[in-house]
Amino acid sequence: MTRLFPPLVTLVLILGAWQFATGPGGLPSYLLPAPWPVAWAIWDGLVGGAFWPHLGFTLTATLTGFAIGSVSAILVGALVAESRLFERFVYPYLVAIQAMPKVALAPLILVWFGFGLASKVVLVALICFFPLLVNTITGIRGADRDLVEMARSFSRSPAFVFLHVKLPAAAPGIMAGLQIGIVLALIGAIVGEFVASDRGVGYLIGSATVNMNVTAMFAGVLVLAAVGMAGSAIIRALHRRVVFWEADPRLPPPSEG
Amino acid sequence: MTPALALDDVGFGFPGRKVLEGVSFAIAPGEFVVVLGPSGGGKSTLLRLVAGLLEPSSGQLRIAGAEVRGPRRDVGMVFQKPTLLPWRTALDNVLLPAGFSRGASATERARAQELLAAVGLPDAASLYPAQLSGGMAQRVGLARMLLHDPDLLLLDEPFAALDAMTRERMTLLLQELWLSRPRAALFVTHSIPEALLLADRVIVLAGRPGRIQVDWRVDLPRPRRPETMADPAFNEMALALRREFDLVAA
Ligand SMILES: Nc1ncnc2c1ncn2[C@@H]1O[C@H](COP(=O)(O)OP(=O)(O)O)[C@@H](O)[C@H]1O
Ligand SMILES: [Mg+2]
Repeated sequence: MTRLFPPLVTLVLILGAWQFATGPGGLPSYLLPAPWPVAWAIWDGLVGGAFWPHLGFTLTATLTGFAIGSVSAILVGALVAESRLFERFVYPYLVAIQAMPKVALAPLILVWFGFGLASKVVLVALICFFPLLVNTITGIRGADRDLVEMARSFSRSPAFVFLHVKLPAAAPGIMAGLQIGIVLALIGAIVGEFVASDRGVGYLIGSATVNMNVTAMFAGVLVLAAVGMAGSAIIRALHRRVVFWEADPRLPPPSEG
Repeated sequence: MTPALALDDVGFGFPGRKVLEGVSFAIAPGEFVVVLGPSGGGKSTLLRLVAGLLEPSSGQLRIAGAEVRGPRRDVGMVFQKPTLLPWRTALDNVLLPAGFSRGASATERARAQELLAAVGLPDAASLYPAQLSGGMAQRVGLARMLLHDPDLLLLDEPFAALDAMTRERMTLLLQELWLSRPRAALFVTHSIPEALLLADRVIVLAGRPGRIQVDWRVDLPRPRRPETMADPAFNEMALALRREFDLVAA
């Protein structure tokens, strides 16, 4: 309770300032809408149901792309970290692509994959792939050499060493990569929807811009903020569960299968 | 009788640096050999060669008559750092050589429990390494070494990071475990008292590259106790080793 109190005070202050700024003598509503119309627009969109298809589209694109991008990043990362050959032939290109702003590819991806869901998924997957890839590689490479040697000295196979020594050692880095990835995934989906789409929260914001409907823009942005925060919170909770030995060593882990 | 371990003119170097040269000695089954030497003298390298983690650049290593080609199931090792997997319980760490609880047989699981009790941790099975003190972690390490009842024990300064009291207690525990079934052991340390509490034979490894400087029998009666350190024979030997050590370290 006491932990929630300070941020709540801040929230009330911000809402107060916002209300004041839009009050008499303040900013005109076509630049900054008052809090209540925005809250109403969100409420109306959610209860009236107009938001849901768009939110559903954005969530589908975000989560599908995130899943595809993350799984491939962990697989490719494991390959690069474990195989010298793969590293020599492929890694330089991965680094080069990593340095490129992926959103710049959005128009091209739309041309290739169409204006529907597929192009958003591809863009999202591409965007959250690289940070996780790098984290996976450094995590696996960074596994304690003494632990690896210990396992080898007890005749454990390379597969065992990878699965039970290197991969768990990389888990904190992988979880951090997922944390970055989920935020980037949402950005990717919205950018994709901005560029060309007839659905999604990004599309809603985009079309509101065309109509100069600032209230609807605010509503869309706040809904996205909530989605982003929820995604982050879920990954954080997952992080604590997966990497239990780092979170609080005195606590036993959640029961294991 | 075939020696449990035999080194014949073993040499080893890392690129641009010779670490060991002309190392020859043998350990009889049931014989406890301690290797003493200064830091960076190649002691860990020697153990890695015996463990099959490194290949010698020259010479031969044989365990029970067979050339060392890689890690073997009948060799157990303890390291200077506890090297427990932080994401596994104490019991699973002891069972690592068998593939954890899931991969282990019922016999192996029962033995792991017995070993935890034998090293003084009867209630630690479900604890995680972060919940263990340094001494407890090394006890788990000892139990893990013994899981497959190896015929050759390799210990690389296992107690060096512990406080003096814990260290002495662990040394005596190791002696007790070894006395319950004497087997060939190669124990690395740079503590002379620790060496004399444990050894049937002390080898001093020093120089650059490292060579064997001294190979002495230690004929103190067993079990050795803290009081053994007050024995004149113990002190005489300690002093003599000290002199050799200073000589080669200088
Ligand atoms: N992986 C390695 N690569 C290069 N040199 C090494 C490596 N491991 C150890 N050395 C060197 O070999 C020498 C012997 O090391 P080590 O066997 O660990 O000595 P000790 O265990 O007696 O302290 C040291 O000088 C060390 O710097
Ligand atoms: Mg060493």
